[in-house]
Amino acid sequence: MGGGKMDVSTKVSTGRMTPVKMALYALLGLVLILSPIIFEGMGMLFMTRIMALVGLYVMLALGLNIVVGFAGLLDLGYIAFYAIGAYSGVIIGTVSLKFFPAVLQPYSYFMMIPVAAGFAALAGLALGTPVLRLRGDYLAIVTLGFGEIVRIIINNNALGITNGAAGLPRAGEFLPKPAGLEWLQSHAYFTLPDVGANGFNFAFSSNLYWYYIIVILCLVTIFVVQRLNDSRLGRSWVAMREDEVAASSMGVSIMGAKLWAFSLGAVWGGIAGLTFANFQQFVSPESFTFMESVFVVCSVVIGGMGSIPGAIIGALLIQGTPEFIRGFASSGIIPGLSGEQVSAISNYRNLVFGLVMVLMMIWRPQGILPSKRRAAELNADDDILEEENETLYDIQHDTGRFGDSADQ
Amino acid sequence: MAHLIDAQNVTMQFGGLKAVNDVTMNIDTGEIVALIGPNGAGKTTFFNMLTGIYLPTGGSLTFEGKTVGGMKPHMITRMGIARTFQNIRLFQNMTALENVMVGRHTRSKEGALGAVLRTPKFRAEEKNTVDRSYEWLKFVGLADKHNELAKNLPYGEQRKLEIARALASEPKLLLLDEPAAGMNPQESKALNALVRKVRELNITVLLIEHDMKVVMDLADRIYVLDFGELIAQGLPAEIQRDPKVIEAYLGKGAEAMLAEAHGQPAVSAEPATDVSEEDPTNG
Repeated sequence: MGGGKMDVSTKVSTGRMTPVKMALYALLGLVLILSPIIFEGMGMLFMTRIMALVGLYVMLALGLNIVVGFAGLLDLGYIAFYAIGAYSGVIIGTVSLKFFPAVLQPYSYFMMIPVAAGFAALAGLALGTPVLRLRGDYLAIVTLGFGEIVRIIINNNALGITNGAAGLPRAGEFLPKPAGLEWLQSHAYFTLPDVGANGFNFAFSSNLYWYYIIVILCLVTIFVVQRLNDSRLGRSWVAMREDEVAASSMGVSIMGAKLWAFSLGAVWGGIAGLTFANFQQFVSPESFTFMESVFVVCSVVIGGMGSIPGAIIGALLIQGTPEFIRGFASSGIIPGLSGEQVSAISNYRNLVFGLVMVLMMIWRPQGILPSKRRAAELNADDDILEEENETLYDIQHDTGRFGDSADQ
Repeated sequence: MAHLIDAQNVTMQFGGLKAVNDVTMNIDTGEIVALIGPNGAGKTTFFNMLTGIYLPTGGSLTFEGKTVGGMKPHMITRMGIARTFQNIRLFQNMTALENVMVGRHTRSKEGALGAVLRTPKFRAEEKNTVDRSYEWLKFVGLADKHNELAKNLPYGEQRKLEIARALASEPKLLLLDEPAAGMNPQESKALNALVRKVRELNITVLLIEHDMKVVMDLADRIYVLDFGELIAQGLPAEIQRDPKVIEAYLGKGAEAMLAEAHGQPAVSAEPATDVSEEDPTNG
């Protein structure tokens, strides 16, 4: 049996890369690095912007995937963490600028990353604690409420620090240029006059800078989320999702597993939010509406819950498709498209999403690239078990403490 | 000497229903004790109190002298009580090995940071978890099925996997809720052998079982519940002859009938109302 044992150990550790896989990853890497340079050189500056925005949604989808996909907790207010990350980073960032020496200013964004992540994680705990006993529909409603509360608080200029609907930074304040951008803008440019109709004119833009930052952040997110999934904590999430009673009987702290899921999911929302604010140079409450939460949930569901590639594909489709359509439409690359038609195209996207979601639920409920486990789940009739869990917990939580009721 | 499990006048009341009423029992280290009784007698309710799923409404329930009531299930598991479920509750979409690995949860502790950084400590613990889990699969005879999804295993093997998962938490006390239910005679014989092997590891066993052959064969002592009350306790031979037990199982007058059939075990099978379930856990 010694051989068999070896077998098990290697099977559980993460798989090795085949040369084909490596080549594919290298190609993907090249595309990620070079495509925005090509777009910018060809004068399609909007493409870089869109790619960066889509990258932020990839991060959001990956973060929410921890909560919804791994731990099985439906969170309809995830965008609140995006908002909290953005606002905490910007507020504390602008205040700290007054105390930092000028040399440190370009590093403000990077120093605010742990701040935004920390605030988002705390908010995750703050949301997670009261909803520990809820699940399914009830959890969804409470998280939805949480998302709206955060947005409304920000919109009402809470404590006088969020500046309400006018957004941040306030007039006279600013978000400093991040380290290296200035230098790149003045040094990284070239022109190839013979390429294309108008020549190839590349100049390093701030969009490009943020695009690269966001790509790196996405890679870090994928790396971390993958490792979390493949660990003791990841197993406890799956076990909890499958059967809470059995999981807790096997020693999994349900409270712990849920709070970890909420806070570790929130961290990525927070970092993405901070990055969004710096990329836009501006942040206001209208970026954090309920619809944004819905889009992130849609990304996770359409991509395939619990699957990392699924979350990425989902975000690319949900956020990317309409943005690219809008971008192309308004860029004038497609001739003969009026402004009216352009706005019509972007307005119809919600309708298309609704339709796609309905069709997906009918024909492919497991999503485009589901995790193996999630796909298996949807083929089984676990509903009975599900109901049983709820009954059991209802009873448990209704029981009084020792001696509360009249014995005998 | 203090008992491993000491239940004093334990009561569990659901609204107007006393599922377990004033039950006093104890279990010592190294024993195999059976808890029997007709459906609805409160056996599984008793298990659920022992494992922290229910909080007893009266009496005291201790494990190694520590009060169990009010503890969360995972804390009780950490203390050393592990269980299986009457209607199998495996993690259906995890592999056999992964199921057992979840059982190792209380015997491992690496958290999120270790997982992300893949520290040497994390790697060592993960490897240990895999190896130990595999050992437990081997122990119950499922080593070659380690990569199968739990839901794809045949029924008897699912039962064994549940036992392996429970054992992986290295319990001092193993609670088995109808482990032989739905098994054919060969399978239940193999189960008996497995439970004995568990005892050899110095793990105390408390089992609920309807299959009297299994009970009489395995148990050192038996407690009998009926309508939530303890109606008898003793050695298997005593229980077989106890008129109260016979009445609970077979109804009044059965005793006389059985007296005629010499040599037959008095309590031979479970009542015909097998399909009805006894409490909410078993929905």
